[in-house]
Amino acid sequence: MKVVLEKRLGESVKAQIGLPVASALMALVFCGVFFALTGKDPLMVYDSMFSGALGNDYGLSETIVKMIPLALCALGIAVAFRMQIWNIGAEGQFYMGACAATWVPLNFPDLPAVIMLPAMFLLGALAGGLWGLLAGWFKTRWLVNELISTLMMNYIAILWVDYLVYGDWRDPNGLNFPLTAAFPDAAMLPSFGDLRVHAGIFVVLIAAAVFTVLFKSSKWGYETKVIGSNPVAARYAGMNIPRNVLLAMFISGAVCGLAGMVEVSGIVGKLQHGISPGYGYTAIIIAWLARLNPPAIILVSFLFAVIHVGGFMLQTMGISAAAATMLQGAVLFFVVGTEIFTGYKLRIVKGGADNE
Amino acid sequence: MVTPLISMLGITKRFPGVIANNKINLELYPGEIHALLGENGSGKSTLMSILTGLYQPTEGKILVEGKETQFSSPADAIKNGIGMVHQHFKLIESFTVAENIALSDTHGSFKLDTAQIEADIAELSSYYGLKIDPHAHVWQLGVSEKQRVEILRMLYHKSKVLILDEPTAVLTPQETRELFINLRKMADNGCAVVFISHKLNEVEELADRITVLRSGVVSGHMTKEEINRASLIKMMVGRELNTNYDRKESHTGDVVLKLEKISALGDMHTLALDNVSFKIRAGEIYGIAGVSGNGQRELAEVIAGMRLAMGGKMYFGGDDFTNKTPREKIEAGISYVPEDRLGTGLAPNLSSVDNIILKEYNGRFAEGWRIKWQAAVSAAKHTVEEFDIKQGSIYQPVKMMSGGNIQKLLLGREIAAKPKLMVVLYPVRGLDIGAIEAVHKLLLKLKEQNTAILLVSEELEEIAALADRVGVMFAGKLMGEFAVQDMDIEKIGALMAGVTEDGGEGK
Repeated sequence: MKVVLEKRLGESVKAQIGLPVASALMALVFCGVFFALTGKDPLMVYDSMFSGALGNDYGLSETIVKMIPLALCALGIAVAFRMQIWNIGAEGQFYMGACAATWVPLNFPDLPAVIMLPAMFLLGALAGGLWGLLAGWFKTRWLVNELISTLMMNYIAILWVDYLVYGDWRDPNGLNFPLTAAFPDAAMLPSFGDLRVHAGIFVVLIAAAVFTVLFKSSKWGYETKVIGSNPVAARYAGMNIPRNVLLAMFISGAVCGLAGMVEVSGIVGKLQHGISPGYGYTAIIIAWLARLNPPAIILVSFLFAVIHVGGFMLQTMGISAAAATMLQGAVLFFVVGTEIFTGYKLRIVKGGADNE
Repeated sequence: MVTPLISMLGITKRFPGVIANNKINLELYPGEIHALLGENGSGKSTLMSILTGLYQPTEGKILVEGKETQFSSPADAIKNGIGMVHQHFKLIESFTVAENIALSDTHGSFKLDTAQIEADIAELSSYYGLKIDPHAHVWQLGVSEKQRVEILRMLYHKSKVLILDEPTAVLTPQETRELFINLRKMADNGCAVVFISHKLNEVEELADRITVLRSGVVSGHMTKEEINRASLIKMMVGRELNTNYDRKESHTGDVVLKLEKISALGDMHTLALDNVSFKIRAGEIYGIAGVSGNGQRELAEVIAGMRLAMGGKMYFGGDDFTNKTPREKIEAGISYVPEDRLGTGLAPNLSSVDNIILKEYNGRFAEGWRIKWQAAVSAAKHTVEEFDIKQGSIYQPVKMMSGGNIQKLLLGREIAAKPKLMVVLYPVRGLDIGAIEAVHKLLLKLKEQNTAILLVSEELEEIAALADRVGVMFAGKLMGEFAVQDMDIEKIGALMAGVTEDGGEGK
């Protein structure tokens, strides 16, 4: 008896759903071994993680708060990735969006919310969009690899925000901490009761719904799909590739910029050093695991938020919060590891010889 | 009795759902030229891939000079003296000839003795009359020179079994003759030459023995003495080939396409099109004969708007269409069926539905910002039915279909757009005989509907069967133009090789 790897003749829906679930379970078992080795009962650890992140209003609220920026950035990234444009600059576009949004309440603190919030939305999206567009322009004009340019521009954006919060924008009453003055109430997105979860969740849901429709039914969604799949055929069909690259980079950046705006306006209430703990990078993994599918992005970002918030709960058990990062890494590892089974399947052959 | 250099015994190769080779026996003797004949998909490539170590057979064994040998990689095959020249050359363009030849050197000494390698190459090339400059970079070479590099590489590695996959497809008749002389020389030196082809006349001329494959099994053997064309064709296709189509006499209409002294650069930024002028009328098929790589693709791309003309004018229906965008040309009714179907004409990972609307997603299949997917699905179903395309589902990636069905889908899409002009390159390359007939009939039907057709082909028979007028291309120039009745194979062959008898005016 031997086991052979055989190419699947068609795409298997069962495999596409089953494999990620199996990978997540394997990741839990894998990390469970480590918990067991350090003398903790893995089941207890997972129980407290998941009940911490999901078991009560507070935990759930925190989980959604984490999910909002992750999901928005991942949606933005998906727009570019669908065209095989590797925008890994979500982090920088997030910072630029947060920064431009902050400019409004800092300079016009007395605006009413009906003007303030839309202005912040607009500027946040515009700043992120232009930051993405710049990399797109380098690409179309001088064939600069966007992988490098977007990555480098992240550092510029992060340090630009640092320059502001350590310098001109620093709150004079802030005891020299690198942060701006707190936003007036009119610049804050409404939140639900006493919980921290805020209206940004609607931005996520609306964006996901809009992109679902655009990807599926619009001419633009079709163009990006064809360009991503075979740029030569796209050119042959008369599609304008440079214009699409610019547009995709702008939209991709704009959504990530919006994520930055939502974060400062929904949660933080000011601009500060390290406003994102790497949402833009985690979102790349999320977009990829979700296969650039908007509803799946919401699901995967929720899962990542659960792991993250659950990780904090672990600290009360004397386990380092790094356990959450380990779990995230393990999920990715197993998803990548089982990737081959979407195209291939195992077949058990009895008795050595190949029977028909 | 002589031991065969290679015996392949009972070779079976299964892929999921297909048996590519079924219990094939093949023996190769020193000194013989052995032709392997068969249609595309008959299992020739699979069999040779097994012999060169790319695939492992599911069953069966290979004996090298009587000893059973396992090839677990191409390196093993090279060590056992088996070399192959693939149809698409495996050369590194930016390396020199010598570097390319040394590339697959398995002797593995640390230092690369360039001078020694170059001397060896020079000796080999003068012995076989394969003229080549070992210092030249491969990108500077023409197709036939590249082939020489591939052949020298096999000889340099002291291969005893030389496999050539359709080596004449890229050659002029003169170059083919030269190649045949060299192959005979190699056989006389004790090599076994395997010559893969589907050109019967060449096989008849060259081969000592012929093995014919059909759908994965050996359908017949023949020796030089027994050669009989009719029975060869029968072995290949199981029935006889029909190229005498029922052609309605053409009543040609207005001039649809007129090119005036079009020049353009190729991918290497060298002149690929040199002052090309001709016109095509409605309902006319204009054939371009020539060895591929002489500007045909560039010509088609200029007409389709995918390549800029550096000089000259293109008129379409009387209007100046020089260097208009692909979109403008598509919308005006210019259709282009490229030679590279999956690389250019279709998006291989997308479904038939996605591919059917590729050219018209912005026209017939659009409603405001939306795509009319229902219309797209019914158009896909219609095309599949009308052109008898065999596939699992219209939602499957098109790359999973066979070559003939892929071409039918592509042609079906282009025909459905009701073009005024269709530019079609090598429409039957790689197709089996049934599909060839189907494609030819589609083109003739399109002509009857008054479409002007530019047919680029390397098969003179195909042009003779379909075209009304023929132009011959060589090195980016249109060397001459004939009505199809006046086609003279000898003269066209000479023009294809760039030889003009009367100083080269010809227009």
